Amino acid sequence: MIAEAGLAALWLAALLAGAQLLFAWAAVAKGNADALRLIRPVTVAQGVLTGLAMTLLIILFLRSDMSVYLVAANSHSMKPFIYKFAGAWGNHEGSMLLWVAVMSLAGAAVALFERGLDKRTHIATLGAQAAISLGFYAFLLLASNPFARLDPAARDGQGLNPLLQDPGLAFHPPTLYIGYVGLSVAFSFAVGALLTRQVNARFARAVRPWVLAAWILLTFGITAGSYWAYYELGWGGWWFWDPVENASLMPWLAATALLHSASVLATRDALRAWTIMLAVVAFAMSMIGTFLVRSGILTSVHAFAVDPTRGSFILILLGIYIGGALILFALRAHTVNEGARFDPVSREAMLVINNLLLCVILALVLIGTLYPLLTEMMGVRVSVGPPYFNTIIGPIALALMVVLVIGPMLRWRKDDAKLLLRRAAVPGGLALLALIAIVGLSSRAVGLLPTLGLAVAAALALASLAPLWKRNLLRTPLFTYGMVIAHFGCAVSLAGMASESAFSSERLAAAKPGDTYEIAGMTVRLDSVMPFAGPNWTAMQAALTVSKDGRVIGVAHPQARFFSDPPTPTTESVQMTRWNGQLYLVLGEALEDGRWQLRIWWKPFVTFIWLGGGLIALGGVLALIGRVRRERRNSKAQASAAAAMVAA
Amino acid sequence: MNKRLLILWVPLIAYLIFLVVASLGLNRDQQQVVQSRMIGKPVPGIDLPAASSMKPALSTKQMADGKPRLLNVFASWCVPCAAEAPQLAQLAQRGVRIDAVAIRDARPDVDAFLKRHGDPFQRIGLDARSTLQFYLGSSGVPETFVVDGKGIIRYQHIGYIGPQDVEMLMQKLREAET
Amino acid sequence: MSRLLLFFALFLAFPAFAQTALPPAPYADRQLDDPAMEAKATALMHTIRCLTCQSQSIADSNASMASDMRSEIRERIARGEEPEHIRAWLIERYGDWISYQPTVEPILWPLWAAPLLLLGAGGALAYGRIRRRRNAKS
Repeated sequence: MIAEAGLAALWLAALLAGAQLLFAWAAVAKGNADALRLIRPVTVAQGVLTGLAMTLLIILFLRSDMSVYLVAANSHSMKPFIYKFAGAWGNHEGSMLLWVAVMSLAGAAVALFERGLDKRTHIATLGAQAAISLGFYAFLLLASNPFARLDPAARDGQGLNPLLQDPGLAFHPPTLYIGYVGLSVAFSFAVGALLTRQVNARFARAVRPWVLAAWILLTFGITAGSYWAYYELGWGGWWFWDPVENASLMPWLAATALLHSASVLATRDALRAWTIMLAVVAFAMSMIGTFLVRSGILTSVHAFAVDPTRGSFILILLGIYIGGALILFALRAHTVNEGARFDPVSREAMLVINNLLLCVILALVLIGTLYPLLTEMMGVRVSVGPPYFNTIIGPIALALMVVLVIGPMLRWRKDDAKLLLRRAAVPGGLALLALIAIVGLSSRAVGLLPTLGLAVAAALALASLAPLWKRNLLRTPLFTYGMVIAHFGCAVSLAGMASESAFSSERLAAAKPGDTYEIAGMTVRLDSVMPFAGPNWTAMQAALTVSKDGRVIGVAHPQARFFSDPPTPTTESVQMTRWNGQLYLVLGEALEDGRWQLRIWWKPFVTFIWLGGGLIALGGVLALIGRVRRERRNSKAQASAAAAMVAA
Repeated sequence: MNKRLLILWVPLIAYLIFLVVASLGLNRDQQQVVQSRMIGKPVPGIDLPAASSMKPALSTKQMADGKPRLLNVFASWCVPCAAEAPQLAQLAQRGVRIDAVAIRDARPDVDAFLKRHGDPFQRIGLDARSTLQFYLGSSGVPETFVVDGKGIIRYQHIGYIGPQDVEMLMQKLREAET
Repeated sequence: MSRLLLFFALFLAFPAFAQTALPPAPYADRQLDDPAMEAKATALMHTIRCLTCQSQSIADSNASMASDMRSEIRERIARGEEPEHIRAWLIERYGDWISYQPTVEPILWPLWAAPLLLLGAGGALAYGRIRRRRNAKS
């Protein structure tokens, strides 16, 4: 019964989405007052119904109802509670349902809480949201029904693979997903604003919290995913420019650009058409990302839930929504006034350069990811990988960081170049000092890019604090703190990346117990390699004693694990975190005469990469809270002013 | 239409290009394996020690003896290699000369493999470090190369030889005679 | 993303018990004594694509064939061969696919031109806007 109820809720929600679209059209195009009144309740009801459907699916997973195909295929009665729970979205159908549920709940939130937009734009936005939802309902109900029954019911499920029971796997994909959905809301706002030709600061203020929320989740998801790959793969790399990674990076780049252009639009009423364009691009990238991962067009053997027909479905949706929005843009954008003017030396100008560089990076990631596909069609198979992306994108990203040093020092609208030079002197001097220190003090040759990266990171760390200079720190708004922390996070992350790439050291050894190895002033001693048994795996476990200046600073136990069902070996690396970096220890294969392969890396300040990512996300959270509070206060002030007017 | 209006259509055009590439890419035959570039070139000459105590060693320097043959790349630890053994036996019965390379293997293992799955081979070389594999541009096991009488590689079959591949390989061998 | 990476991990790790009957090749995971040579070899290994895992460099892979290739590369570097010569040798056998570092083949020219074109076009667009605004003002 639960499954049928879930399916019914979904069909009903799909009908409501249709009604929502119809009412929105009637209200905006025809000025129908009944439609106007009905649209908000319909939107909320749709949100409630999909929320219910998702809840019912989770209940089915928790009850291990093996008469439901999805549960039988992906779960097992013996699975730990948390993985039954997460299993609900750990598959294609469930994740699409999650997508739809979050999307319509977001729609309900827009219907209930959005106060700043003018009425018609608000309704048009809800209509656009309904139009997108309809496509996903069709996908869900026609091509990937999560509630399909299995007759006869399975005796138990097939989803007990211990390797897939990982907290990272359970919560990482939905984090990215919800981020993608947040960008769909921004897309709907953009389409709504284009339809009613109300592209202005109010639009930007309404869209900003959604972009911020999506961006926080994407930032967090990418950071966590990178750390996960770093410790899980056991070779010390933290970013591989793999198509699947790129698929998550592209929406983030677009969202970052959108965030900044929306702030120009909100504050200065400039960059109108451009902001709309970015909102479309950001959602396009979310869908393209989903498409690349789901269709298996690039990652073939590795991708999960790969199915070309699903790929075709997503591609059709992509064609309709993004293509439609781009046509609307091309037809309407010229009627959108360019907005306020500004000078080449101004904060707006720097934000324009920021946007330009972010978009160039985005385009290059996209081109690089798809290029092998293109050449394959011409009969040549090539690989585009880290060497290309690092060489090409590294310098552009560095230029972006330089803009980030300068931008926040400038005033809006127009500033004085001479004053800028004076203000930039201190961070500039610091960068120069860092440069001299690295070139003069480093005992080894350091690459140009990491050297410049460290210098810029030093300047940026200082410059990012500039917006707090000579301000009353208690009265500084929360969103300013958010910006400062996020920009500081960029400096931290950049420093980590540069330091890791410039100063890492590596020791590969064929070790027998008793052997010692020196790395970065530390001594690693292999004490023993012993068998070790876990709940569903056996392992060879090494005991490694790490000491520095004769004092023991820690004992590590990296393992070479072997899971029996399915038979799969894995390596469990150990990271020993010190204040100035991480010691990365891996036990490899057995060699002849009782020796073992040991891989040891010292990665100075590598943790800064993810610490910076965390700070960037934290900055986003503070900015979001600050913005929402400010908007709320403003709308209250307006309401009471209006009330006072009426009373007078 | 002025320039500014034209610029507004640029995103749509770029996007359409993406859609075309993506839909063509989606409907293409996905090729997972990497084809060797050595087809049409002579077999690289390498001397390998014997991989089995029952068979002579393999030197790929002596492959230009006027008659075509198969060069089978296999390993005792490889499951599909065991599965293609009957097909290789069938080919050998029909008079095909088959030389083999055992990849990253050990003699006792190869001996056991031959005892269990049959021995259609004339010579078996031991390629402990995948060296010949790299020289051949081969990317896995099993793979089978058709080598003509002049020692030129004429064809590369990637993966397991199924019953349906036997005739195809016979045909390739006949083609290699000319 | 991480889910997929786990799959990579599985696919990479899987061969470890099914791709060899032997311990790894001598230089698969042993550094060359000369740090300069080792640096050269490592740099090259990071740009060579693993044949059996399809989506990672041989420097990040547990696959046996990747270990053998690492050993082959280290031994060749130790004999004084130049990295680009080794890359060319591999491309001759496996095609451009094996090199993550795109070569200067004509089919790859657009890839190298893309950043310049994009920066140029974007820069022109932004410059035009900013200058036009200034003119409009004065």
